[in-house]
Amino acid sequence: MVKRFALAGNPNCGKTTLFNSLTGSTAHVGNWPGVTVDKREGLYKKLSEPVSIVDLPGIYSLSPYTPEEVISRNYILDEKPDCVINIVDVTNLERNLYLTTQIMEMDVPVVVALNMVDMLDKQGDVIDEKELEKRIGVPVVKISALKSTGLDKLMERAFEASNQKRASTSVLDNCEIAHLISDVRIALMGHDIENPLFHAIKLVENDELEVQMHPNTVKMVEEFKKTYVNPLFGTDFDALIADARYKYISKHFSPLLVKKQAGDKLSKSDKIDRVLTNKWAGIPIFLVILFSIFHLTFGEDFLYLGKIFSFASLEELGYGDSFGTSLLACFYDGAVFAPGVILFNLMDLLTSTLFGWITDLIAGWGASPAIVSFIGDGVLGGLGGVLSFVPQIVFLLLLLSILEDTGYMARVAFILDRLFRKFGVSGRAFIPMIMGFGCSIPAMINTRTLADEREKTMTLRTIPFFSCGAKLPILAAISGAIGALLGSDGGIISFAMYVLGMTVAVVSIIVMRNTTQKGDIAPFIMELPVYHAPGFRNLMILLWDKTKHYVEKVFTVILLSTIVIWFLSNFSWSWEFLMQEVDGEMVNLRMNESILGSIGMFIQPIFTPMGFGSQLNHNGWVFAVAAITGLIAKENVISTFGALAACVAGGLIGTEDGVSEVVAIMGSVGVAPSALWPAMIAFIVFNMTTIPCFAAVAAAKGETPKGKFKWTLLFWIVSSFIAASVTYIVLSWWWTSFIVVALIAVVIYVITTLNKKGQLKRSK
Amino acid sequence: MKKLSEFVIGEKGTIVKVGGEGRIKRRLFDMGVTPGAQVMLRKKAPLGDPLEITIRGYELTLRKAEAEFVEMEVKTW
Repeated sequence: MVKRFALAGNPNCGKTTLFNSLTGSTAHVGNWPGVTVDKREGLYKKLSEPVSIVDLPGIYSLSPYTPEEVISRNYILDEKPDCVINIVDVTNLERNLYLTTQIMEMDVPVVVALNMVDMLDKQGDVIDEKELEKRIGVPVVKISALKSTGLDKLMERAFEASNQKRASTSVLDNCEIAHLISDVRIALMGHDIENPLFHAIKLVENDELEVQMHPNTVKMVEEFKKTYVNPLFGTDFDALIADARYKYISKHFSPLLVKKQAGDKLSKSDKIDRVLTNKWAGIPIFLVILFSIFHLTFGEDFLYLGKIFSFASLEELGYGDSFGTSLLACFYDGAVFAPGVILFNLMDLLTSTLFGWITDLIAGWGASPAIVSFIGDGVLGGLGGVLSFVPQIVFLLLLLSILEDTGYMARVAFILDRLFRKFGVSGRAFIPMIMGFGCSIPAMINTRTLADEREKTMTLRTIPFFSCGAKLPILAAISGAIGALLGSDGGIISFAMYVLGMTVAVVSIIVMRNTTQKGDIAPFIMELPVYHAPGFRNLMILLWDKTKHYVEKVFTVILLSTIVIWFLSNFSWSWEFLMQEVDGEMVNLRMNESILGSIGMFIQPIFTPMGFGSQLNHNGWVFAVAAITGLIAKENVISTFGALAACVAGGLIGTEDGVSEVVAIMGSVGVAPSALWPAMIAFIVFNMTTIPCFAAVAAAKGETPKGKFKWTLLFWIVSSFIAASVTYIVLSWWWTSFIVVALIAVVIYVITTLNKKGQLKRSK
Repeated sequence: MKKLSEFVIGEKGTIVKVGGEGRIKRRLFDMGVTPGAQVMLRKKAPLGDPLEITIRGYELTLRKAEAEFVEMEVKTW
């Protein structure tokens, strides 16, 4: 059996950096308290035998305040690692040792790693680790996870410790209620319970989990407690114990850290903080940073240089069609592109060129046109459409992770809490929401840092409304098409859609707060970590992790779904292959006869309130089909349009941004563009607010509290129907906005009166 | 005696008592907000709430509503 060492420690203590250094493997590092939520394992190979390292979530205590604390606690108690390496941030000694005093109460070998000694040296402070080891009773090793110093020694001592059994010890041995704890412990030992000391103390604390686990012993503890009344704390035993721990730490451990008298001199971190959370500048700075991130990622006119200097497009400059021109067009075409857009263009050029070669190659072998079309459109086309977006999304994630890693994200929560509380969630919910602009999946996983179940549920449900990178092409293509047909600015429509998505999020949170998710707003008691430069190595590991994740997604769910869609759209119910050759290209001009087409026509009427249902002629089913394929991956919506446009318009169009395809479809549904645009906008709204892609639904299923998942799905369906229908109706007949306002007023009135009645009932 | 929520920026003091109930109190304790700890109110968020305090050598943020549970002895020097 390979030995298992568990890494335990506070958030921001450098635990994940240590894990990365020890295992050289892939784990996420961030400064947002509690980012490490997955159980990560890796191997450390420098000892006489390889040792498995388990990275536990960052926690402050072993009380079950957050799911992370429960995970860590149960891991140590139930999985019994051979040694717990407790990482202690030496620059934050007292609070870190608080957790140590609790871990030591379990019957498990413990080694304390005093991390960040390099910072200590820098500040000129000194710690007597030998004396600390004596007083604490377990090995203490000075390390720097960042500089990779002291790690070999730490692992050697952990290995030594793992060879011996260790009996629990407690700093509460001499406190006022020591005899009470020891009585309970003896009683638990009588029941052959493992880790009796730990359970005894938690029982005295009246810990929720413990009370559930040992209902019989609770009664006995209550009897014991009656005999004891503390003058200061009364019967408040958990307060007494927490207090006793901190008192012991301040008295016996803290004096071993001798601080060089630095006085009130401001540290670098303090100076940065003064500006970033400044009373007046704090919010404007935040808005500028937010805008910069999106401009860097999605900006089609970087720094607005193109507008300012009226740059000429490549065509105007006389560049002909060639690969060189295409390559140049990745960086510049009438405007310099932002880095994120350049990444997208390059990847798009790479995949389309490469996949074009492959298709030509297969065609050259004399494969039948059907097979060439299957590989070219069904497989490679779908892959390319998604792969092109990966660099851009990863770039966005990089920028967001830098904010997280430097410690700024925690400040954003600090700045915004007041505002968010008005809507019904704490400032912490902002981080997963903003991550939703990149991709819903990491955003949903991030909701694990939210301790409150209601807050978590509401945040999870609204994340898809923060339009993710994959929904961007839908926005770009449709708003571009509307712009082209009506001569308006497509960019403004895109922007309005982002705002609308956020509005739907806020409205639905307020509604949930007052109906299904009633209750107090989650507390906001959070550490603000010290600012520091982002760790390059950690960021690279994170990016590699994410890239891998997306590529996996591309080659599994999305590949499979594009193949299925290709079959469904090119075969009729009687298995007739619908493609035919037109001008040497395989085109499906009879897609309305296909399986997919008939499914689309069947469900088309349900979209009538949103404007793209029965009002449209027989070609209107393409919207229904695109909406369905979007449930698998939002990238599919536009690629479906591409395929369907070829069918309704009678030939392949094949533009990169999908605008011409949408224009072609809009021209074929039998409604004038001036009357059709509200339906098109409603179509965007529907896709933005409905059930997200397959992968995100899977992530949501994993994160939603028990029993809430099916309601979450229903929530998405209902909210998208309402939001899209209201959009369509109001945009089509402006005067209906009065009716909508009146309806909203009625709903508010009904909810508030019902709530008041409910409150009255409860108070009676 | 004064509540932490009533502190002005830069004011220092020692915690005398932590009230409140259940989870909030438990969390405050776990984060080192216990009787005897020295506290300095560093700043308020741009919108006036939450607060940022220095305690046990690190920065902690909490809302005014939560700071109301913390009774302080003001340090005057």
